[in-house]
Amino acid sequence: MALDSVDFEIEKGEVHCLVGENGSGKSTLIKIISGIHSPDPGGEIYVDGRRISHQKSSNSVREGIQVIYQDLSLFPNLTVAENIAISSRVEARSRLMKWEETEEEAMKTMEKIGVSLDPGREVSDLSIAERQVVAICRAINAKARLVIMDEPTASLSKKEVQSLIRVINELQNREISTIFVSHKLDEIMAVAQRVTVLRDGKKVGVFDASELTQQKLSFLMTGKEFEYTKLPPYLGDVVVLEVRKLSRRDNYKEIDLKVHKGEIVSITGLMGSGRTEFALSLFGMNPPDKGEIFVDGKKINPVSAVDAMRAGIAYVPEDRLQHGLVMEQPVSKNIVLTVLKRILSRIRLLSKVKERTEVKRWVEELSIKIPSVDAPVNTLSGGNQQRVVIAKWLAINPKVLILDSPTVGIDVAAKDSIYKIIRELAAKGISIIMITDEAEEAIYHSNTTYIMSAGRIIGRYNSSELTEKELYEKINEV
Amino acid sequence: MRRSTRSNSGLRKVFGKSEFYLLLVIVVVSLFFTIMKPSFLTFTNIYGMVESNSFLAIMAAGVLVVLISGGIDISFTAIATVAQYVMATIVIQWGGNMFLAFAIGGVVGIGLGLVNALLIYFLRTPPIIVTIATMNLFYGLLIFISGGTWIYGFPMWFMERNLVRFGDSSGITIPILILVLSFILTWLILKYTALGRNIYAVGGNQEAARRVGISILKTQLFVYCYMGFLAGIASTVQANMMLTVAPNALMGRELEVLAAVVLGGASLAGGTGSILGTILGFGLIVIVQNGLTLLGISSYWHKVFVGAIIVISVGITAYQRKLREGKGAIINVEE
Repeated sequence: MALDSVDFEIEKGEVHCLVGENGSGKSTLIKIISGIHSPDPGGEIYVDGRRISHQKSSNSVREGIQVIYQDLSLFPNLTVAENIAISSRVEARSRLMKWEETEEEAMKTMEKIGVSLDPGREVSDLSIAERQVVAICRAINAKARLVIMDEPTASLSKKEVQSLIRVINELQNREISTIFVSHKLDEIMAVAQRVTVLRDGKKVGVFDASELTQQKLSFLMTGKEFEYTKLPPYLGDVVVLEVRKLSRRDNYKEIDLKVHKGEIVSITGLMGSGRTEFALSLFGMNPPDKGEIFVDGKKINPVSAVDAMRAGIAYVPEDRLQHGLVMEQPVSKNIVLTVLKRILSRIRLLSKVKERTEVKRWVEELSIKIPSVDAPVNTLSGGNQQRVVIAKWLAINPKVLILDSPTVGIDVAAKDSIYKIIRELAAKGISIIMITDEAEEAIYHSNTTYIMSAGRIIGRYNSSELTEKELYEKINEV
Repeated sequence: MRRSTRSNSGLRKVFGKSEFYLLLVIVVVSLFFTIMKPSFLTFTNIYGMVESNSFLAIMAAGVLVVLISGGIDISFTAIATVAQYVMATIVIQWGGNMFLAFAIGGVVGIGLGLVNALLIYFLRTPPIIVTIATMNLFYGLLIFISGGTWIYGFPMWFMERNLVRFGDSSGITIPILILVLSFILTWLILKYTALGRNIYAVGGNQEAARRVGISILKTQLFVYCYMGFLAGIASTVQANMMLTVAPNALMGRELEVLAAVVLGGASLAGGTGSILGTILGFGLIVIVQNGLTLLGISSYWHKVFVGAIIVISVGITAYQRKLREGKGAIINVEE
């Protein structure tokens, strides 16, 4: 049962957060509210105290319910104005396209929430945050009274999140209600009045946003306590990766960094501090202008991913959907992608048997939960997808594993298992570089924390000696 | 304030568009041919160039619409051939008039386009597969039924091509008129009707289009029927010029038309393309072919040049995209 007798209510002008792990029933609830699914007999929906029949999504649109999906459902090839006004145009059933009216309508809507974008620009030219604004405007223009946003902050920078929150506050001033799906406590605190927590299709409860803490929220969502002990400072002295005065124009400058055998190093800093660019340089995909990289004391000059892999460096990108996995392909084919040479048979053809052995090993080692190794990756949950990517890179036996924001967009329990994997890998002697946005992640799950700002390393700390508040302030100081 | 940002973006639009570069190339190429062969830039030459390619250009307008919707049609030359046979047979057997001839061509085209649209929508199979299949189906059945014979002996009224004459030079001919009308019609549909904007929307993001309540079925029905309609009309134009109907006159030219439309900025992924771009893309290919003919270069080389133009232009587009995406983030490094 996807959803089991859940009560949910939202007031006029309220911002209400909906939280829960993957599979907790959030999506089902959203789909029922928006009329894509109909509830089982006995389930009822009321708008303004009036029961509405909810068989069709057009019904819910008429009641002013608008969903902004994670993919935003925009038309990249059309202008801002056309995107904003499209629902009203389709609804009006007029046969002609009136460009001036469309533009006016779009400008009016944008004014309502205090944003201004060039109505004639194509949406494909906009940033993700700007696209989100367009999606919100479209919802408002369709006379939304309730806007449902499905993890709207997943691909936004901190700054962009701030401006999204401003827009949501503006919606609130106009008495438009918002259901906001998010895992991030700081956002929830900043934007919501109340929080409904779902778990395994059941409602855990409704809470005031102010009474929640990270610990409590994790517990409510998973029913488990996640308590982490800080990792001790790293004590060994076998240097695996050393970077000396590495620079790249417009990216980063004079980076010095040492990573030891089995050490977990986190690099944190604001988005746009040069973290990812630096990491990509280590992986050969963004070659530096100056400076040196050593692996096991040997100088390397990786100018391609293949060079880096040969030197024993693996990189798991942040955007696993775009760069990390072939989504339509089965788990098995994804895992062996980096080691095709190793699974050749005697006559240089791919060996099914060797492939199975290799895949089986990693599926067990990382306890990837899959119906079968032939299941396409896009049918797995976010956490399991992340494990498949990691497996793929572990298959090359790396000395250094770089993880770019490994826990973005996955739920608490999946995060927990990723942390366990990272610790196990480190215990086996693999050095880990973890790029992270979250102060807590750096403090609890790495030995050493480097802080980057404006392309430079501005500090190196033993993670266990930092507190979240301190680190947060250090990151945002500049 | 707003005004200035808008005019700025207007400028950016002009220079950022592939149409602008195509026009530039056309001007340069035309200049070259004019210098080499002054007869290139004469009214008679240009007029002949446009007229003799008019039926392909009419079909290009249909292909453009299909590509914008995110689809593709390979079968349109087969549709055109079938329409031509049906039209010629009826007109020769029972007589009629010019309007009737075009109406027959158009109706047969719409009918076969409808077959494409329904198959594509209900089988949920990629349009390229469906239309390759229907191309063989339509053409195979036609040859089976007609025996592949040529058709001659059109009635007198069908042989008249000129509508208006200006002195000695050719005036407005049927092919030119139909070409201009079908381009204007396509442009109006794409730019100023709700249907046209829906076609762009479906091509840009089909799922999102469905969510805002645009009917995918209706859009696809229109798109493939319109392609069929223009193919039928174009085939009548071609018959009007050639005065014979042959089974292999149009077959095999579908990729040429497709390439011209893509050269004009339409994307095979759907969502982009304009009638202006199609005119320019098609124009460039025609100009190069004509110029080479005037220079007395063997027609085998035409294909080489056309192929090279397409590779280069696609290459430039891809390179620009790479530059745009490859830049990545710029970080203000503290010095």
